[in-house]
Amino acid sequence: MAANRDFYWRRLHSLLGVVPIGIFLVQHLVVNHFAVYGEESFNKAANFMAGLPFVILLEIFIIYLPILYHAVLGVYIAFTAKNNVSRFGYFRNWMFKLQRWTGIITLIFIAWHVWETRVQVGLGNADLDYSLMEGILTNPFMFWFYIIGVVSAVFHFANGLWSFCVTWGITQTPKSQRAMTYVALLVFLAVSYIGVRTLIQFAYGV
Amino acid sequence: MAEKTVEFIITRQDSPDSEPYDERFLVPYRKNMNVISALMEIQQNPVNADGEKTTPVAWEMSCLEEVCGACSMVINGVPRQSCAALVDELEQPIRLEPMATFPVVRDLIVDRERMFDALKQVKAWIPIDGTHDLGPGPRMPENKRQWAYELSKCMTCGVCLEACPNFNDKSDFIGPAAISQVRLFNSHPTGAMHAAERLEGLMEDGGISGCGNSQNCVQVCPKGIPLTTSIAAMNRATTLHAFKSFFGSDEVV
Repeated sequence: MAANRDFYWRRLHSLLGVVPIGIFLVQHLVVNHFAVYGEESFNKAANFMAGLPFVILLEIFIIYLPILYHAVLGVYIAFTAKNNVSRFGYFRNWMFKLQRWTGIITLIFIAWHVWETRVQVGLGNADLDYSLMEGILTNPFMFWFYIIGVVSAVFHFANGLWSFCVTWGITQTPKSQRAMTYVALLVFLAVSYIGVRTLIQFAYGV
Repeated sequence: MAEKTVEFIITRQDSPDSEPYDERFLVPYRKNMNVISALMEIQQNPVNADGEKTTPVAWEMSCLEEVCGACSMVINGVPRQSCAALVDELEQPIRLEPMATFPVVRDLIVDRERMFDALKQVKAWIPIDGTHDLGPGPRMPENKRQWAYELSKCMTCGVCLEACPNFNDKSDFIGPAAISQVRLFNSHPTGAMHAAERLEGLMEDGGISGCGNSQNCVQVCPKGIPLTTSIAAMNRATTLHAFKSFFGSDEVV
């Protein structure tokens, strides 16, 4: 590998986290929210997404490769940090630590989630429909595993938006960075609601 | 009547490779004493709290007025300058440790070489020498001089690096101090003539991309330097520089 490429690898990592991964995350949770309007409307939406033209290419270039890259470099970044919130318990230092933890949790969750849904559907072992998710989420252990996974992913995205704005030099002043903290908090609450609401629908049918 | 004493627990280390150990000292109290004057007392009378004769504790100091940065150490868990640490304001026993992020030379003396290497990586100076008198440089606007002066207060003390979770033996990150120096020298009208070279230093491995935005540095800086504002400003400058050097033509002959 050529020397002095870290800067570009890290900027690519930051960009991919928002475009396309962040956009995909929001879209994925919003489309899944169709479940709340009933089995019928979820199946219709899921089949529409699965029937998009060039769907396998869309998946590879918008989802799999960006997430794989973001995950590999992200794990390296997470393990090169020496967390020190016990000595320096500032708000941003906690966010720094949580960003790394939620990244690892999200990676474990996504690996299991993709294996259990997309891979099984691809192998022909399962059908992509409401009852697949209902079957998974009526198990209380899996319900909580999904809750933790989804909330971690959304936290990682929302807080990642904040650091994206610093990394690209968009928010420079403490004032703009503080404003962005509130924006990120709103994104976290709103997107978490969408995701958790859907999980409750699958698990309890309400 | 028993003499009033101050209790110290000092983390000591005899050589760079030996194991650290704690040693307790009782130092006679004097009014308004600071950590350095207590260390001087131990140096004059190197006897530990058990009454055993020991080697004097080694530490670094120079200016004694919090502008040189040499006497930084971890005092009761907080990295700061020992010259500005008043004994009356500290909880006892007072714990003194070397800054853990740097290699220990002896006792409280650490090797801050990595900070000076970082300054070299980003060319934190302004070249002004020529073969003849180049005359006065361009004028600097007063409002810019005022905020640039705040950045110039950096004394390379290492406290920001002690607090930074990304500055450690697993990473080659240069740390916030050097990044802020690029902002200082690039804002200077003469320094700006070499702005691109410094930005390229920041874009080398271990440069600005090593920052993980924990923002501890700005919280602990003894000089109150807006380090995270500098980092974000240099993030923008390197972003623009990257685009300009890829798509633009200014650098191409």
